Amino acid sequence: MEHVFTDDNFKKEVLESPVPVLVDFWAEWCQPCRAMGPIIDALAEETDSKKMKIGKMNVDQNQTPGSYGIMSIPTFLVFKNGLVAEQLVGAMSRETMRDKIGRHVS
Amino acid sequence: MEQRQLIIVGSGPAGWTAAIYAARAGLQPLVFEGADAGGQLMTTTEVENFPGFPTGVQGPELMRILKEQAKRFDVEIVSAAVDSLKPVDGGFEIISQTQTYHTAAVILATGATARRIGLASEKALYGRGVSACATCDGFFFKNKNVIVVGGGDSALEEANFLTRFASKVTVVHRRDAFRASKIMQERAFANPKIDIVWNAVVIEILGVEAGHVTGVRLRDTVTQAETERPIDGVFAAIGHEPNVSLLRGWVDLDEKNYVKTKPGTTQTSVPGLFACGDLQDARYRQAVTAAGSGCMAAIDAGRYLDEIKK
Repeated sequence: MEHVFTDDNFKKEVLESPVPVLVDFWAEWCQPCRAMGPIIDALAEETDSKKMKIGKMNVDQNQTPGSYGIMSIPTFLVFKNGLVAEQLVGAMSRETMRDKIGRHVS
Repeated sequence: MEQRQLIIVGSGPAGWTAAIYAARAGLQPLVFEGADAGGQLMTTTEVENFPGFPTGVQGPELMRILKEQAKRFDVEIVSAAVDSLKPVDGGFEIISQTQTYHTAAVILATGATARRIGLASEKALYGRGVSACATCDGFFFKNKNVIVVGGGDSALEEANFLTRFASKVTVVHRRDAFRASKIMQERAFANPKIDIVWNAVVIEILGVEAGHVTGVRLRDTVTQAETERPIDGVFAAIGHEPNVSLLRGWVDLDEKNYVKTKPGTTQTSVPGLFACGDLQDARYRQAVTAAGSGCMAAIDAGRYLDEIKK
């Protein structure tokens, strides 16, 4: 299942998550982000939530992206134990994304 | 294995126009949209020169409309990229997402991708102040200073767009005159937020250690003098590279890596393989010329399929 992260739930849902978390930073007006939307949805669907949590954060509605220095979207951050374990920028195919995040799933 | 008559690879103006014509000719095309569905127009804003839109149209909206038009007809769409394409007996074999397709003819419309400056520091700072998409990332440069590298229409369009957010946009161009159309130049010159640095190239982007762009080092192309300039963001619009990775080694390319076609047609060096759009057009590279050549490719492919059935 896909999560929606916000400034309010970020600490609890992402930083304190017992499993790695993939956060998709996106906005309505960003076409490559919209192209990635269904890919992230599908990955969230097929990924065991006990192994990795997957969700989105809207950069228009939240301040958190600023504190991670996000200056380009889509940006995907993988968090492990509250720290950024991987940063991916730009649109990519489902296979590439699956491959990149697969490395962080134990 | 799935057997098809015609597969179209790419979903920009060339790909969708080819699909519309091929479907209306009864060729039941299958279209692979690719990783960047819609192509380069998806990251542009206002398109004012596509005929039929007297008040202009947004790039992504134009692509939505073209796809909509193609869907009216017998077109099958796969929202995925092609992983491999090779000639086989009686046509071509395409692999996408572990599925194999066999087709008698292929129309390639994979377009071109914005060229990078090609600096190690650019790569290191990508997503940290270096951007390939002004419409995506302009938002992050509110009240900041950015540079746009380039001198063509896309450079000046990006510069104009970025002035909505940035406090100052500096266009850095390697020559002393722009290649852009007159109307785009006039807009840039009239925009008080746009500054121009002529005869300069970016030789390094500064800020790798800070983790975000802090400046650029420029070299004057006339005097060779180097200067540093503090800046928050770098956007490059310095031309395009044709997307030919599927074709290397077995399809003839020209010296700039564009696909060679028989003059006046879309026929490549390989029978049954047709190329349209920016992939084979280093000269015009317009949405409307891409669409025009997509139409040509569908007609060429239709004639080819008729020929081989005889």
